[in-house]
Amino acid sequence: MTQLVISDVSKRYGATTALDRVSLTVEPGSRVAIVGPSGSGKTTLLRVIAGFEAPDAGTVVLDGQVLADGPAIAPAHLRRIGSVTQDGALFPHLDVAGNLGFGLDGSEPDRAQRLRELMELVELDPAMLTRKPHELSGGQQQRVALARALARKPALMLLDEPFSALDTGLRESVRQAVARVLTRAGITTILVTHDQGEALSFADQLAVMREGKLVQTGSPYELYWRPADIETALFLGNAVLFDARIETVGVSCVLGRLAAETGGRSGSGTIMLRPEQFRLSPVGPGLEAGIEDIDFRGAQCVVTLLATQGGAETRFTAQVPSVEQPQIGDVVFVSVKGPAFLLPSAG
Amino acid sequence: MTVSLSLDAPALPALPLRRQRNLAGRAMLLLASGVALCALLPLGFILWIAIETGWQTALALIWRPRVGELLANTLLLELCTLPPAIGFALALAWLTERSDMPGAKFLSWLAVAPLAVPAFVQSYAWVSLFPRFHGLPAAALVSVLAYLPFLYLPVAAQMRRLDPELEHAAASLGQSPRRIFLRVVLPQLRLAICGGSLLVGLHLLAEYGLYAMIRFDTFTTAIIDQFQSSYNGPAANMLAGVLVLSCFGVIGLEWLLRGGARYARIGSGAPRPAPRRRLGAWRWPAVTLPIALALLGLGVPALTLSRWLMADGDTIWRQGALVASLATTLGYAAAGALAAVAAALPMAWLSVRAPNRATRFLESCHSYPGALPGVVVALALVTVTVRIALPLYQTVATVILAYVLMFLPRALVGLRAGIAQVPVELERASASLGRNPARTLLAVTLPLAAPGVAAAMALVAMGVATELTATLLLAPNGTQTLATEFWALTSELDYAKAAPYAVLMILLSLPMTALLHAQARRSLNA
Repeated sequence: MTQLVISDVSKRYGATTALDRVSLTVEPGSRVAIVGPSGSGKTTLLRVIAGFEAPDAGTVVLDGQVLADGPAIAPAHLRRIGSVTQDGALFPHLDVAGNLGFGLDGSEPDRAQRLRELMELVELDPAMLTRKPHELSGGQQQRVALARALARKPALMLLDEPFSALDTGLRESVRQAVARVLTRAGITTILVTHDQGEALSFADQLAVMREGKLVQTGSPYELYWRPADIETALFLGNAVLFDARIETVGVSCVLGRLAAETGGRSGSGTIMLRPEQFRLSPVGPGLEAGIEDIDFRGAQCVVTLLATQGGAETRFTAQVPSVEQPQIGDVVFVSVKGPAFLLPSAG
Repeated sequence: MTVSLSLDAPALPALPLRRQRNLAGRAMLLLASGVALCALLPLGFILWIAIETGWQTALALIWRPRVGELLANTLLLELCTLPPAIGFALALAWLTERSDMPGAKFLSWLAVAPLAVPAFVQSYAWVSLFPRFHGLPAAALVSVLAYLPFLYLPVAAQMRRLDPELEHAAASLGQSPRRIFLRVVLPQLRLAICGGSLLVGLHLLAEYGLYAMIRFDTFTTAIIDQFQSSYNGPAANMLAGVLVLSCFGVIGLEWLLRGGARYARIGSGAPRPAPRRRLGAWRWPAVTLPIALALLGLGVPALTLSRWLMADGDTIWRQGALVASLATTLGYAAAGALAAVAAALPMAWLSVRAPNRATRFLESCHSYPGALPGVVVALALVTVTVRIALPLYQTVATVILAYVLMFLPRALVGLRAGIAQVPVELERASASLGRNPARTLLAVTLPLAAPGVAAAMALVAMGVATELTATLLLAPNGTQTLATEFWALTSELDYAKAAPYAVLMILLSLPMTALLHAQARRSLNA
């Protein structure tokens, strides 16, 4: 059974289109990340799912229950959807216990036991139950917010950039903790973020949004290596693009003949390579290129290469392990690991 | 695998689907527009009488030596009051916030405390101590003492908020401490000085009791004389028109001086508190300035009041009218506070939850009556009730309406702060935790907004408790509030009997002083 089905949801604010016929199916138990630049409509989509915003058109169905049918929507408090926002939105006038128990039935008999379990679930010390939200660190606040949402055993959990207010070091550990907790609880989750690294590592399904449209969905691996267009390719990581001629098998470009799926296309096209696909070696075979610049980044270094072929200059970057770091001015031979990706022709 | 139960899980019940109509938002907009219309009444009144009177008559009424004299008086009063007040405010603020003067915290309370003494009680204290204390010097001295806190509060607040890094940067660029104060600190205080001066300037124009008591004629005293002696409509109304123009003049001047200036800290993170400057040998002598000002502004009223109270013993407290007028005052204060907060609520909600160009316009309609003298609001309501709704003339309802108009800005500021304590995200969090809108209101919105609402009501109530001008002109015959009864007694030169009324008004104003002081401190941390 499919859990969440969003079909053709549209939403306008005056002249701006926030959502343009968005359709998305979320499988039970999966973790979906919606990524896109700010203003792409991802937060609006989350609000529509949560019930804080009514779509102009389209339907949202959760487990067969209609949540939204055009502008007619079910009230947010009757949906079985939990949510954690950027700052956690803990109630400042209640202590941690008050926040955790906010969504629980008041008559629940073993309430204290339940609160302790929830604290342990999010890996917090139950002694913190008597603290006020402002006495917690940012990471602890986010864990309490997650536990508060989990207390109601929601069918779906919405995470709206919940890690972006945290320090870089803390962000990763909280993210891993949250992923662990949600997996253990087996709750379907939708994460909204503008941080592609976060999305790639958190999700087992990725949905890329741009200007109110859902551009592409698929596994993080598929989207990273087989993006639908140049913008998606660049949004998910660094990419190097070359003009290429499509051959019967593979493509050919300045780097020579490369393996690629052509899907029966012919003529010319654009191929994408990730900078970490390049291998530099002092001897051929490969494209001869000079090292123009090196940007050392610790484990990796980013090398700017300049190749001259037939009077035409080609400049591109490669990312190589820094143990193999060349020197500026060296001449190297560039070869490619793995296949190139032939971008779908525009339009 | 034993877990295959989900296959025969019962179908979930259908949820009720409803269109969001945003009824609350629309109702708030409608109500706020209604209140804004009411708030435009005094301005409409001025325009109306200007048109009705016609150019010829208006010119004849305005182009008189008397009006010129009043204008000169008003101008001189502003000129003699503002510069010393600004100077004292700067000195006090620097001493209490940025120097190691002993007892700085206590002295900062002393600097704010004169707010608890209503301006007309302040002048009563001086007149009954020095019976021949009259004219411009007297007016300027009492004005400085009574209104200094309005300048001190914002200047001290801003001084605490200044980022010391800027001063360190200036020092590292080779500037001497004196030049740093002139070129770095003072420019950053400009907004606070302009704002405080505007407030003081408007009070100088609007105050009646203070100047009537020491027989210094301003527009406001002249309007009320005119009104009480002859009910001479056009003459009083024309003076009111000139008074409103003066107010606009003061506002315009402040706007010009303030310019488009906006001083913000660039960069992120909270500023570190500035280090206090060591005064060395001047540490103790510095105390004389705040102490001297406190002696003049608080000591003199205390001396006068205690003298009158001692002279007559405790019989003076057994006036029947005292209890009655206290009860009336409390009743008016409560009613005024409730009405003003209720009237300001829709606007406060809109300006926090739905700020846009239209609501900002509505908000300025709500705020501008704060700049109008009470006498203008009162005259407008007298004229409107007499001409259009006579049954409402001199009724409690009209007095309350005047209070609502006069204290609307105060209520709005407090309510906005209260509502801002409940960001919409918290209400959404409550909804996603299964609470319906009514239970969300009870469990989240009200508990969080209540302190701000209570503070707003207290501020309005305390303003009403010492309000004199509008109450004199509008209250039903025979109504005795603390302020009007105090006024009647001092007009008969019965200073001794008036003393208990003054004491009660000061006691009622004390919480407001504490509130304002606390608010100014808190705004720094926000």
